[in-house]
Amino acid sequence: MRSNVGEQFSRVPATDADRAVEGRPTRNEVLSFWEDRYGIPPGVFEAHRFWEKGSGKLWAFSGDAPEGTEVEALGITFLRVRQEHWKPTTDAVQRFGRHATQNVITVDAETARRFIAGEDQPVDWDGEWGYLIVAHELADVREPIGVGLYLHGELRSQIPKGRQRSV
Amino acid sequence: MILERYRGLIDSFDAFRDACDRPLPSVVRVNTLKASIERVERALADGGYAYEQCSWYPELLRLSTDTPGNSWPYVHGWIYGQEEVSALPARVLSPSAGDRVLDACAAPGSKTTQLGALMDDRGTLIANDANLGRLSALRTNAQRCGVTNLIVNSADAQTLSLAPFGGEPFDHALVDVPCSCEGTIRKNPTALEDWDIDHVRGLSGIQRGILRRAIQATRAGGTVVYSTCTFAPEENEAVLDAVLETERCRIVPFETQLDTRPGVTEWEDKTYDQSVENARRIYPHLNDTGGFFCAKLEVTGE
Ligand SMILES: C[S@@+](CC[C@H](N)C(=O)[O-])C[C@H]1O[C@@H](n2cnc3c(N)ncnc32)[C@H](O)[C@@H]1O
Repeated sequence: MRSNVGEQFSRVPATDADRAVEGRPTRNEVLSFWEDRYGIPPGVFEAHRFWEKGSGKLWAFSGDAPEGTEVEALGITFLRVRQEHWKPTTDAVQRFGRHATQNVITVDAETARRFIAGEDQPVDWDGEWGYLIVAHELADVREPIGVGLYLHGELRSQIPKGRQRSV
Repeated sequence: MILERYRGLIDSFDAFRDACDRPLPSVVRVNTLKASIERVERALADGGYAYEQCSWYPELLRLSTDTPGNSWPYVHGWIYGQEEVSALPARVLSPSAGDRVLDACAAPGSKTTQLGALMDDRGTLIANDANLGRLSALRTNAQRCGVTNLIVNSADAQTLSLAPFGGEPFDHALVDVPCSCEGTIRKNPTALEDWDIDHVRGLSGIQRGILRRAIQATRAGGTVVYSTCTFAPEENEAVLDAVLETERCRIVPFETQLDTRPGVTEWEDKTYDQSVENARRIYPHLNDTGGFFCAKLEVTGE
């Protein structure tokens, strides 16, 4: 088996049988994750291939690139798979989260403002702890903002520093 | 004052000078990958922002605020702050969904994200820049806009290798080169403070190198658009003239509703190929924008 090479992008294999690097997730596992946790059907990602650079961070890319290419980025960062609980990125949630049907918390205007500013705050949520898609109403439609970690009755904003804003 | 050197090129020079002293309106482009114009207008209105649509480009909205970055439409990547006239070259390039497109000097990504939207996020878009710090801003911008067909690459565009992208030539290339930025004087009143003719000549050499390489990397029948935000013929018509001599290409006319002037065929003691008149000069007083230069080149077989 090959090992992960830090600067190169490698395609995420379709299934276990195609796996060339130990421990790398497969496309099927990634699709199941989005479907099982957020109810996003696999068809939403039909145009996208998943790529890995270094280990633990997946990218979603809809164009063509050669295996092993050494570039700065391919598409958008998408999913962190290093830790036991996989964590979607803000960009993935903003790009694909409209299709989610579960583990989405739709918050009011004030909570949304505090969330995008990076604040943690108490919320009512009767599900288990874990990463939620945080959304609000904008121009009358539900729009995902980013990822929140729900833990001990609190919603912890996972918006990266560079994306925090005072709206 | 540096701009005096262009007196002979510009009709109504006083109007030109007056326009250069006025600040620019704040403009955003609707990112159609994430929201429709109507939805953005609705969200802006709900947020208490006034806006006005640009007639030549409905996705461009002139805003009543200077800080659109602190609005929900911005946070969601529905809008991108972009100077009005700088939306022209991607429009002229007009790539289709499924094309392979190079943006040779791409950071911080206003035209990259615009190209991504014009391509409907399909095909492959390559954003290249020599400056890693600026590329990191481009990455943030492209991600916020949800552009997923994008390869971000860091290289000198004068010697760009196609290997990281699979070796195939491009269908189209946008060449928005580094320049002396005279046309940004309305946004940045100190833009001309460090103006220096040797610097202009140095840029002219780099611009030729970048344009040459982009033409070589584009297939026959493909399009290359060259643009600057400067008035200096050394960085505009002179670059086109030099490249026409050595590369397989011709300069073709293009349509735009903006008020423009043709490229100039004479400057100081130089004369340029007649076809540089197909390029367009845009002066600030013509459309109440920044200054700009844009040329469309068709890559020929030989
Ligand atoms: C006019 S700016 C590009 C603006 C960009 N197209 C946009 O719309 O946001 C010119 C860019 O060229 C880059 N640059 C300068 N020399 C370069 C070279 N030799 N190769 C590639 N990029 C270069 C600079 O870092 C700068 O980001």
